[in-house]
Amino acid sequence: MKPAEYYQRDRTLQPPALVPDYKTSVARSPRYSLISLENSISEITGPVFGHNDIDPVDNDLLRNYATAGDPVGERIIVHGRVLDENTRPVPDTLVEIWQANASGRYRHRKDQYLGALDPNFGGCGRTLTDANGYYVFRTVKPGAYPWRNWVNNWRPAHIHFSVFGSGFAQRLITQLYFEGDPLIPHCPIVKTIPDPDAIEQLIAKLDLNATVPLDSIAYKFDIVLRGRRSTLFENRLEGN
Amino acid sequence: MPQKLEYLRETASQTAGPFVHIGLAPGAAGFDIYREELGHDIAGPNAQGERIRVEGQVIDGTGSPVKDVLLEVWQANAAGCYAHPEGGGPVEEGFRGWGRVITDFETGEWGFDTVKPGAAMGRGGRMMAPHLNFWIVARGINIGLNTRMYFSDEDAANAADPTINLIEWERRRATLIAARAERDGAPVYRFDIRLQGDDETVFFDI
Repeated sequence: MKPAEYYQRDRTLQPPALVPDYKTSVARSPRYSLISLENSISEITGPVFGHNDIDPVDNDLLRNYATAGDPVGERIIVHGRVLDENTRPVPDTLVEIWQANASGRYRHRKDQYLGALDPNFGGCGRTLTDANGYYVFRTVKPGAYPWRNWVNNWRPAHIHFSVFGSGFAQRLITQLYFEGDPLIPHCPIVKTIPDPDAIEQLIAKLDLNATVPLDSIAYKFDIVLRGRRSTLFENRLEGN
Repeated sequence: MPQKLEYLRETASQTAGPFVHIGLAPGAAGFDIYREELGHDIAGPNAQGERIRVEGQVIDGTGSPVKDVLLEVWQANAAGCYAHPEGGGPVEEGFRGWGRVITDFETGEWGFDTVKPGAAMGRGGRMMAPHLNFWIVARGINIGLNTRMYFSDEDAANAADPTINLIEWERRRATLIAARAERDGAPVYRFDIRLQGDDETVFFDI
């Protein structure tokens, strides 16, 4: 069977563009409805990446920037699989992450937070999933930090994830949160998501079996991209 | 109880945030970490077709340029083929057809160099006019916005394009058409993306 269009994105679980409690969304959210577009070749295709594009050390945030020792903070492994809605692994897809350091400070010219920069921590990584859709990063657990929304908002500890999939229709950016973080239910950005189960799906679970004893604790985070229909009958997707 | 379906649900999107550059364009964040940042070379050295530049701003509801936005572009080559196993045919060596661009932090201007894509086969045997597919993320954008850019010098193809014709309001169709100009003898297309307002750009649920 030849795969065809992607399943329609479930907009009831995805955050709407306008969520006034996340103030920045007010002036940056389209007011007209999105025009629903059936997938063409422009949406079912997407960029292909290979091992020539990246280096093996790119997924090790403890080492990919450090020059004089390890970064400060709780050493963690973040791992999981990229799957589609059909539960199939998404192999060879590019996963990119970025995060604050253990003090909650980003290495970015625009971040003014009091938290200290760590000379041995850059805060970004990237990798390709393997044939089973599996990926792994090593890093430090990011710190919470304050941000201007209301005067006293704090972001829960989080890692930003960017994932491609095999079609441009699957392109996704999201954030990983950590099990047990009391800031999660207070965060206006988390609460842009209207579906409680969809929020739960962003919370990585402590994974003791994947820890490295006497070295690093581990969290498991699976990412689900849109799945595709299988063509049981000719549907003329490509006009043939 | 009926049988259960064993589908998973798509992971929810979250905003890329103000520091998206750290992950996707670290040079702009202010540090050098990767051997090569991805998405700078869209067409590669061997691509056939007309070399073009595309520039614009993303403009918010107050009329101000969005200075922390990141855009990705996905396009066919001059023959209308995408660099993908299902892309419709072979592409030139080094042609990826994908680019990633951020804005100038002071002006909100973005721009990239590429080749003009060809028309590609659409659904039901209807040709799609040459176009670039865009995906736009930023602080305050909760889920990436998808749109398409068409070319002002393709009137006939645009008039027959199935996606443009899907837009009920004719005056909104113009928001997707980039104006061609010449600069130093080379073609430059201007594509401003308006997130709100009377000329709000058409965005698609793909």
